[in-house]
Amino acid sequence: MEEEFTRGEGRPRLLDLVPNGRDWGSYAAAEEKKLELRLGLPGGEDWPAGQEKREHPVESVLSLGHISKVPKSTNVNASSGTKRGFLGQVEPKTEGILIDYMTFQQQQLQQPQLGFLQLQAKGKESLQKTSGSAEQQSLEGKGCGPHAAHASSTKNAAVAHTTSQSRRAAATPVVGWPPVRSFRMNLAGTAAKASAESQNGSSEGAKKLENDRKSLFVKINVDGIPIGRKVDLKAYDSYDKLSLAVDELFRGLMAAQVDPLAPSTRKNSEEKDVLVGLLDGSGEYTLVYEDDEGDRMLVGDVPWDSSSQKGGNQIIVWNILILLLPLITCSMFVSMAKRLRVLKSSELSASSVSSFFV
Amino acid sequence: MTYFPEEVVEHIFDFLGSHRDRNAVSTVCKAWYHVERFSRRNVFVGNCYAIRPERVMARFPGMKSLSVKGKPHFADYNLVPYDWGGFALPWINAAVRRCPGLEDLRLKRMVVTDDDLDLLARSFPNFRSLVLVSCEGFSTDGLAAIATYCRGLRELDLQENEVEDHGRQWLSCFHESCTSLVSLNFACLKGEVNAGVLERLVARCPNLRSLKLNRAVSVESLNEIVARAPYLVDLGTGSFAVDHHTDAYQRLMNSFSKCKSLSSLSGFWEASPHCLDAVYPVCINLTVLNMSYAPAIQADDLIKLISLCFKLQKLWVLDCIGDKGLAVVASTCKELQELRVFPSDIYGAGATSVTEEGLVAISSGCPKLNSLLYFCYQMTNAALITVAKNCPHFTRFRLCILDPWKPDPVTNQPLDEGFGAIVRSCKNLRRLSLSGLLTDQVFLYIGLYAKCLEMLSIAFAGDSDKGMVYILKGCKNLRKLEIRDCPFGDFALLNDVAKYETMRSLWMSSCDVTLGGCKALAAKMPRLNVEIINESEGSDKLEENISDLHKAEKMYVYRTVAGPRNDAPDFVWTL
Repeated sequence: MEEEFTRGEGRPRLLDLVPNGRDWGSYAAAEEKKLELRLGLPGGEDWPAGQEKREHPVESVLSLGHISKVPKSTNVNASSGTKRGFLGQVEPKTEGILIDYMTFQQQQLQQPQLGFLQLQAKGKESLQKTSGSAEQQSLEGKGCGPHAAHASSTKNAAVAHTTSQSRRAAATPVVGWPPVRSFRMNLAGTAAKASAESQNGSSEGAKKLENDRKSLFVKINVDGIPIGRKVDLKAYDSYDKLSLAVDELFRGLMAAQVDPLAPSTRKNSEEKDVLVGLLDGSGEYTLVYEDDEGDRMLVGDVPWDSSSQKGGNQIIVWNILILLLPLITCSMFVSMAKRLRVLKSSELSASSVSSFFV
Repeated sequence: MTYFPEEVVEHIFDFLGSHRDRNAVSTVCKAWYHVERFSRRNVFVGNCYAIRPERVMARFPGMKSLSVKGKPHFADYNLVPYDWGGFALPWINAAVRRCPGLEDLRLKRMVVTDDDLDLLARSFPNFRSLVLVSCEGFSTDGLAAIATYCRGLRELDLQENEVEDHGRQWLSCFHESCTSLVSLNFACLKGEVNAGVLERLVARCPNLRSLKLNRAVSVESLNEIVARAPYLVDLGTGSFAVDHHTDAYQRLMNSFSKCKSLSSLSGFWEASPHCLDAVYPVCINLTVLNMSYAPAIQADDLIKLISLCFKLQKLWVLDCIGDKGLAVVASTCKELQELRVFPSDIYGAGATSVTEEGLVAISSGCPKLNSLLYFCYQMTNAALITVAKNCPHFTRFRLCILDPWKPDPVTNQPLDEGFGAIVRSCKNLRRLSLSGLLTDQVFLYIGLYAKCLEMLSIAFAGDSDKGMVYILKGCKNLRKLEIRDCPFGDFALLNDVAKYETMRSLWMSSCDVTLGGCKALAAKMPRLNVEIINESEGSDKLEENISDLHKAEKMYVYRTVAGPRNDAPDFVWTL
């Protein structure tokens, strides 16, 4: 599952650089290049299954300029200001910290190459901070000694190092990172839109908050398989992609199932793609979703995306009950489906699928 | 001591609360072993596969309360496939046969089905308390069975479980004569419950002290409940979405002002600004406050609330509280012992989040702090050194810097010195989670100083096998070690194989251990189960074809007297 996340090649190189004077200046430059080095992106088991390119700029994993990367300049000022404030508060009572700073400085001096680059990187970082250069100077003065910052000179070294960084951390989101439970992952991302709620009523606001989530994990169960999976609806933009993903999710589990039914179905289960034809009713299984009124509906009737007219798509007959909480205006289907289920097509008539009888 | 009659010895043992103490006395001599085993009422099994349920029941026939844990901790973060194992049924079956007097059952990270709950409900006439933490596999039908058949039920506590909602009005299944409830927590349920049924249930249970509602419970309902249960000690509000201009809001404030015993608050799933004012009357008495499910609450409202909570001991918040908010916590909550700051915006550098500043402020303002879980985007060595100096009493220190391998942004150094200071200063540290850029040096420090450490979580850290060797050699009390994405390989794994029998479990994923190394470990240590989780396609067929040099993607090793388990799915190979 995590084989995509390559550690092999780049990692020894990175670690070798630690004692030899790592080029820290690269990271600030790297973020300018917006390379996808970030690893702290949404985890969740469906991440490798087809997450599209992320919308927001991705920061370098080892970004020094984390503060400066924040889009709003006010925050940058605030954080740099507060940073200075921290040092200011700390100084009077804890000489130990300064002593420790000095220790760090000495360590760096022992590795002059590293120190030089680190100072340069520090300068680079300060250059990137938007304003308040006087603050920056004092920050530099207190913390790290004189700097002779020339951003351009670090850039070349930065580029070379960045590529090795990127090889290691190449745009692969990490499963299970950050170590936060799924329900918190779904909660997260709504905080940024909290201001919306104060304008609308609270319940609408909550819905709006959910609208801006970047991932929406919903449960999907297949008939006959006791264990379900979760799928991120926001990762897809069409029924086809969703159906492919569901097929992949359950292929292994289906193959492992002993099929007690008639030989005709057993033949199907031996095939690699057991879950084809989910969308058009031709396969052994059908996709169904359950909406927020609790009714089971055939998947495919509503366009996936309300903004673009995709009515021409084949009717996707997936019995998927998506366990979705709020409405998401950007996708009509995603907003309506609460839960996904994959039912056997032969059982469709027995189950209460609303649109089936229309 | 052996001349005392057994009753006296047993009476002395009654004063031993902890499992470890009781385990220790039972090894002294045969006589004590027998006295202890017949008198033990609370049985704790840390790993459900370490011993067969029948053996546990046979040894402790007087068992009244059982607590079992299943999946490894990293299952919380989706690193363990759903069907890995941890089934509750064997334990319930064994208890049905051997300990029908069972009263309390607590399961953590296990798979519990509706049938299991049904069996449980019907089989134990004295059943009082069911606590399920991070479990899955059951639905509201199972809860209905519990409500129907457990007549004397006192506690039903569902914490962060995955519960399917079959729409069954399970709450209605509590009989009219059921008046014994003391604690009810269904906050993790997604479905609606009938408001009238809930209110009547609360009204007829005079001993109810802890009630945690789910998101679907409206403010009107909450109002009724709080009005009827003014003796509540612990309350999880439902949605709490209320317009503070309405009468409903006024009534709510009045109800809360009558709750003199309320000391713990959580919930606030959908809270609007200013609605928190209703809660102000109880702030002065609050010892526990959990606002971590409420991303909608602005930092300012949160700060206003917290600035009234002088007695707060445990605080869970989202990082939108910011460093400013943490400074307020530091100046207000002098009794604070546990702090958890969760990330509110994982997908980008949060516009508001916390930094090392907030942590330093907390450490200087809250000297009693002993348990920390802190998610942030950056941390400095200097800050950690300060924290270590200010708070030497940490028993749990879990720091998660959201970007892996992130160094100290001020000095660009790894965070070895910072964490080193923590373990040097906090002599009683039992649990530690590391993050940020770390070299082998930090593990040297941990091995050297963290003598009480029992649980260590490592991710994206270290340079070489030496790191892991330092840990295994130095941490004498280590019980659980979980590692992901670190460059530790076979040499470290096989350096001291006997060590693993002194530990409960070892988890290594995305490290450099190979299949061959795992096989060697399994061969040398027959009393360990060495399990490999292989999730590639057709994995069950390819075992013979995979060379020993192939990396073991996920490995879970645990000591056991039960031998290899027989319920392992195909993708789990026990070597």
